[in-house]
Amino acid sequence: MTNAISTPTLERHGLTDDQLRWMLNNMFVQRTLDNRGFQLNRQGKIPFATGSEGHEGIHAGAALAFERGRDVLAPYYRDMGLCVGVGMDPLDVLLSMFARAADKSGGRQFPNHYTNKALGLLSISSIIAAQCPHAVGVAYAMKLRKEGGRAVLCTFGDGATSEGEWHESINFAAVHALPVVFLCENNEWAISTPRRDQMAIEDIIEKAAGYGLPGVKVDGSDPIASYAVVKEAMDRARSGGGPTLVEAKCYRFLSHTTDDDDRTYRTREEIESHRHLDPVPRFERLLIEHGILTSDEVSRMKKDVLAEVNEVTDRAEALPYPAASELYTNVYEGTYEPWL
Amino acid sequence: MAVAATSTVMNNVEAVRHTLYEALKADERTLILGEDVGARGNVFLITKGFIEEFGAERVIDTPLAEASIVGVAIGMAMEGLRPIAEIQFADFIYPAFNQIVGEAAKTRYRSNGDYSCPLVIRTPYGGGVRGALSHSVSIEALFYHVPGLKIVAPSFPADMKGLLNAAIEDPDPVLFLEHKKTYRLVKGEVPGGHYTIPIGKADVKRAGDQLTVVSYGLYVHYALDAAERLAAEGMSVEVIDLRSIRPMDRATILESVRKTRKLLVIHEDNKFGGVGAEISAMVAEEAFFDLDAPIRRLCGPDVPAMGYASTLEDEFMISPEQMATAMAEMVRF
Repeated sequence: MTNAISTPTLERHGLTDDQLRWMLNNMFVQRTLDNRGFQLNRQGKIPFATGSEGHEGIHAGAALAFERGRDVLAPYYRDMGLCVGVGMDPLDVLLSMFARAADKSGGRQFPNHYTNKALGLLSISSIIAAQCPHAVGVAYAMKLRKEGGRAVLCTFGDGATSEGEWHESINFAAVHALPVVFLCENNEWAISTPRRDQMAIEDIIEKAAGYGLPGVKVDGSDPIASYAVVKEAMDRARSGGGPTLVEAKCYRFLSHTTDDDDRTYRTREEIESHRHLDPVPRFERLLIEHGILTSDEVSRMKKDVLAEVNEVTDRAEALPYPAASELYTNVYEGTYEPWL
Repeated sequence: MAVAATSTVMNNVEAVRHTLYEALKADERTLILGEDVGARGNVFLITKGFIEEFGAERVIDTPLAEASIVGVAIGMAMEGLRPIAEIQFADFIYPAFNQIVGEAAKTRYRSNGDYSCPLVIRTPYGGGVRGALSHSVSIEALFYHVPGLKIVAPSFPADMKGLLNAAIEDPDPVLFLEHKKTYRLVKGEVPGGHYTIPIGKADVKRAGDQLTVVSYGLYVHYALDAAERLAAEGMSVEVIDLRSIRPMDRATILESVRKTRKLLVIHEDNKFGGVGAEISAMVAEEAFFDLDAPIRRLCGPDVPAMGYASTLEDEFMISPEQMATAMAEMVRF
């Protein structure tokens, strides 16, 4: 796999300096929020956290290819960075971690299971690939209403491509040439199950051919390349060209969640052998080398991000849990009388 | 299809067909998706001709994959459409279980009202039609445990129309169960024009004062038949058509039981953990001291399915005669 990953170059793909800086900033936000979740868990302040360390490149790139106010995102639980990238407030990430009343789900959902209709971000469960048919349904509605210029971005991990609902969704979208991009964040691990136990093929895009849609592979550790590939696929979807399967190769550096211990199934050596792919230092170096940012500016950016994450952590922590009576709301529309 | 302003006699297939047609005509957000609903017009011909009138974009012959029929419909609903999904036979709904229970029923709840899921899933269920293991099942007990879902199982054409209209207009997911043996067997007056019947309201189809019978689907008709026979022998049996399984109309059941002081629940689905178990428990909790006899449940046998052979199917199904016997025993208790 190492050989398939290209050394990042500064092929801009039309991105301005500001957009490149925005991507690096977004990646710092992701990494800092990720670390915060694990810290709060280890401090005993939150019961659970999930990290996406290693996914920052594809998250920043895909977020930039997403058109706010038009497109719809059907994410999965490892997409905190992507959700922040499409406009979710970092405070919402912390409210979700702390399960506060002000959280969009009212403290109901696990961390990283967001909802934000105003941003076009679908509500999801933890059930792998269950969001894929929803993405297809939204895309169908867009096509039915002839809303050209809109598309759905549907994301999932490598393990999701084993699920029946994933295959059904890809097929349905291809049959109807729907405006949806299926983005696989292939980080090689589904909790403890490596790709080789998940499928008999090397590349997930091989699955696209059987359904009659294009499959495109990209180095998901490279935010610019990720942007270019996702943007092209989203543009094709928006202009009536139908769905695409994009495979972003990346690596999961952390355990699956704070409840997982990856020492039980993978070696430290394997992780270290992927360290050079870590998207954050790699992109940081690239922008400095090409004079987009100075080392001082990068240091300031990191400091500002940390200050913001500290600030929203304190704010979220200070807010109350939902009232116990909230357990009984929003079961159906209107008032609900539980069966007693 | 002409819109009748006055009431018309229809069977249940015609009532469902008429209601779906009116819904598609009245609201461009509505669409139908399922297996063979287009060119074939559904295996019971319920949607025959719809694709010609409303187009293939709103009458969708889906790939043969039930999880995505429901899952895609959920996405459509989240995006503001009013999808009416069809599962060709209730027996085929199992692959969609996750989408119904894990997704549709929890969309509003998990997003704390940010999203809703106004979705109807129609499906023919039930036996007595030589449908063997995989075209005869009752599925209500597998789903009625789930808050966030509504489940409707009408037995009369007028109720089919009113409750299907209510389901289509409902802001939450509704599982709409149509007993396939009643499709052409049962006829009745259906009022003209648009109307709804509230989901969650049972209907007393026959008044009586010696025994309350609660049932739904095909067995409401059998129970009414049995009650009529017993009337000739001077017995007075009240028959409640549950119509909605969730939410359940506890008030109507309790009011009736407090009057008759006896309860018999009849359903085709097997007894263990079935709808009758919940009704019996509720009545035992709420009206124990009003009862003059032990609660009784007359249900399908506790076996995996009814067989294809007529002997096996007949053994599974409960006849009006068997119902009359049980009712008479309860009245005499």
